[in-house]
Amino acid sequence: MSNFGFTISKARIIDYDANDRSIAEYIAEHEPSFRVCIECGCCSATCTTGNFTRFSLRELQIFLKRGENELVRDNIGKCMLCGKCILVCPRGVNTRNVVTLAREAFNKKVKNAV
Amino acid sequence: MKIEGKRAIWSEYQKEIADDRYFYVRSCIRQNFFPGSEVAFLRIMREELGKDVYEHPCHTTCSGIGYHGDVVPVETAMTVVARQFALMTEAGYKNYVPSCITSFGLYTEILETWHHFPEVEGKVRKQLKKATGREFEIPENLAHASDVIYKFRKEIGAKAKYKLVNKNTGEPLKVVDHIGCHYSKMFPLKGVGGAEYPYVLAGMIEEWGGQVIDYPERRHCCGFGFRQYLVQANRGFSIACSKQKFESMQPYKPDMIITNCPGCPMFLDRWQYVINEMEGKTYGCNGEGIPVFTYEEVAGLVLGYDPWDLGLQMHQIDCEPLLEKIGYEYDPEKKYEINGTVTKINSHSLLNI
Amino acid sequence: MNKHIVVIGAGVAGMEAAGQLSNAGFNVSLVEKDENTGGHLNGWYKLFPDRRRSSEVKDYLDKLINKDGIKVISGTTIEKLVNINGIFSLETREGTEMTADAVVVATGFDLFKSSRKEEYGYGIYDNVITSSDLEEMFRKDKIVLVDGRVPENVGIVHCVGSRDEKVGNLYCSKLCCITAVKQAIEIRELLPETRVFCFYMDMRMGGAHYEEIYREAQEEWGINFIRGKVSEVSESIRKKLIIKAEDTLAGRPLKMELDMLVLMAGMEMSEGGRILAKSAGLETGENRFFASADNHFGSNISNIPGVFYAGTCTAPMNITETISHARATVSDVLNYFKNRS
Repeated sequence: MSNFGFTISKARIIDYDANDRSIAEYIAEHEPSFRVCIECGCCSATCTTGNFTRFSLRELQIFLKRGENELVRDNIGKCMLCGKCILVCPRGVNTRNVVTLAREAFNKKVKNAV
Repeated sequence: MKIEGKRAIWSEYQKEIADDRYFYVRSCIRQNFFPGSEVAFLRIMREELGKDVYEHPCHTTCSGIGYHGDVVPVETAMTVVARQFALMTEAGYKNYVPSCITSFGLYTEILETWHHFPEVEGKVRKQLKKATGREFEIPENLAHASDVIYKFRKEIGAKAKYKLVNKNTGEPLKVVDHIGCHYSKMFPLKGVGGAEYPYVLAGMIEEWGGQVIDYPERRHCCGFGFRQYLVQANRGFSIACSKQKFESMQPYKPDMIITNCPGCPMFLDRWQYVINEMEGKTYGCNGEGIPVFTYEEVAGLVLGYDPWDLGLQMHQIDCEPLLEKIGYEYDPEKKYEINGTVTKINSHSLLNI
Repeated sequence: MNKHIVVIGAGVAGMEAAGQLSNAGFNVSLVEKDENTGGHLNGWYKLFPDRRRSSEVKDYLDKLINKDGIKVISGTTIEKLVNINGIFSLETREGTEMTADAVVVATGFDLFKSSRKEEYGYGIYDNVITSSDLEEMFRKDKIVLVDGRVPENVGIVHCVGSRDEKVGNLYCSKLCCITAVKQAIEIRELLPETRVFCFYMDMRMGGAHYEEIYREAQEEWGINFIRGKVSEVSESIRKKLIIKAEDTLAGRPLKMELDMLVLMAGMEMSEGGRILAKSAGLETGENRFFASADNHFGSNISNIPGVFYAGTCTAPMNITETISHARATVSDVLNYFKNRS
């Protein structure tokens, strides 16, 4: 293969049909409040971890729902389970349980998730 | 897909295209990318259609390539363009026909700007007068050269020696039309068919016997994008755009691609070679590439011109399989003959690796 | 009191206004361009927020106008409206003349013509339909694709023709978000296996009970909400619709294959209203709807004394608001005659 001094860029697009959303489905099944998130960002704003690391609970929820699981897998361990996010959530999402279930799903290797 | 829906849109986006006495301005880069195309345009216009097409030896770049590459400020570009208009005025012409899509886009943008901000036009007039002593009139009609060929597609079709039809099966060739972004995305009303469903090339294909392929990434840019390509580190993005299009059109098994921009045929043609070198992938039938043509080349083929006079030997993807499909009569041996001498070029030797 | 009032337009606003004016003792002529009264109500199957049948509201309005004091003149439009010393002279398309002591304009709205958003391919790609087309399917209790199959994935695009400078409509049509949520739920009710995706710019759930329905859509019906407007539709070789949007909350572009795409067409000043505005000299606003004398306490009052407005000819409104607005016209009409006598 020839070297041209550059490589073909990978698409940034979320390919919804190609992605696997089994982790999100696992969470929604066990914690139905996961479905009612409106992405307001209260959870990530108040999050101790989110203030110092790449961890954003709001972002992780949307990525799970789109089946973009890698970023979640690499960051979900950072949550300290303090529970502050539950206090501020206007929709009553049990965010702490969402994190716990996400970790569980990754550990169980639900279907063919990353 | 309901074709009536497209026809309704096409009928709304028709533009006025002058029918004779054209002031033709060449593209900077086409003359070394696909030099046969502009020659073919002049031959078709003058010899086939009997039109008056004037070329001025003092015409320069419109500076659009520098403007879009962020090295020429718009006011400079305007003054350069004003000088081209002055050449047209001095030659006694009123219908301006650029060969380049980006020039067409820039001229349209400048004319629109002057329309809305006459004081800018006044300033440019003063600058041009001061710098060159020239004065200009605004063209009565501005049309891209592909608009002009579109206008005369039926006349060309009537003289056709070949149709865009597979000789063996009798089926129309499946043709992908690719419009240069600067043709109508900036000013949809200035392009035949508008921006979402452009008709300028589709109209030629239909008229000359081919079948237009509407594939999902039809509207996507070829990726040239001037500075994206010019900087080596950015070429990965440029080639990825072309690749996205190839992947999307491949399932339709297109026989050819037809373009109306200087950059698009270059990149849609050359990137197929690069993708093949990098990943071993091809997008045409039988492991071949999909041949890419300019609209002048296609018009020339329809009229039965010698493919080597049209410059088809300058293409990376061989045109011969397509010529065979059409049942074209040509001499394969003369492909690399220049003034009676054959020069065989190995594409690998052109790469600096 | 034997004053004669002409009400132009027999949709929800016109019927309500006519009925209440008659109750107040006026003689009323109700002019309607279509053969039937009811306007857009006839095209809708079930209504938000409680999903009652639109026919129930229609029945109420029919009863309201079915009385001696109301003369319904259907199948014609008012082409001319002139004020001669406080008496209005009106002329229909056929040239029939009538006079009135006051006029209530209730010319309503037209649905935005979705083919104008060329990138969505309405009228080009099979299975790109509008909210109104979908309502037709609900009426038949059957949601099917052009080839007769049942859709597995349905997308809904909010704000088609609203909040869009490109089509000259800067305003929010206000009802499309809740219509989208209502229709999304109805699709899931009829087709439990079908996945539904709403592509929105903002969820504008401002009406009574709207936000609760939005939550129900997420919680009980599993509707997917993606913040980002669809920017382009194309068709794949398998005749599926391919949409491109940005998932703005993920900060990434997104593409998806759908079987059906439903466009939430917005509301525009009606053509009848535009013609009337021009011929009668009624003022219109930047949004092209009729301009009321005052935004707060004169929303039924026009620039011509004796001509009043009712309903969506002044701005997008839901049925509840339209009925309230039409009723409010009556008090302005009463005051008008009181001040003149």
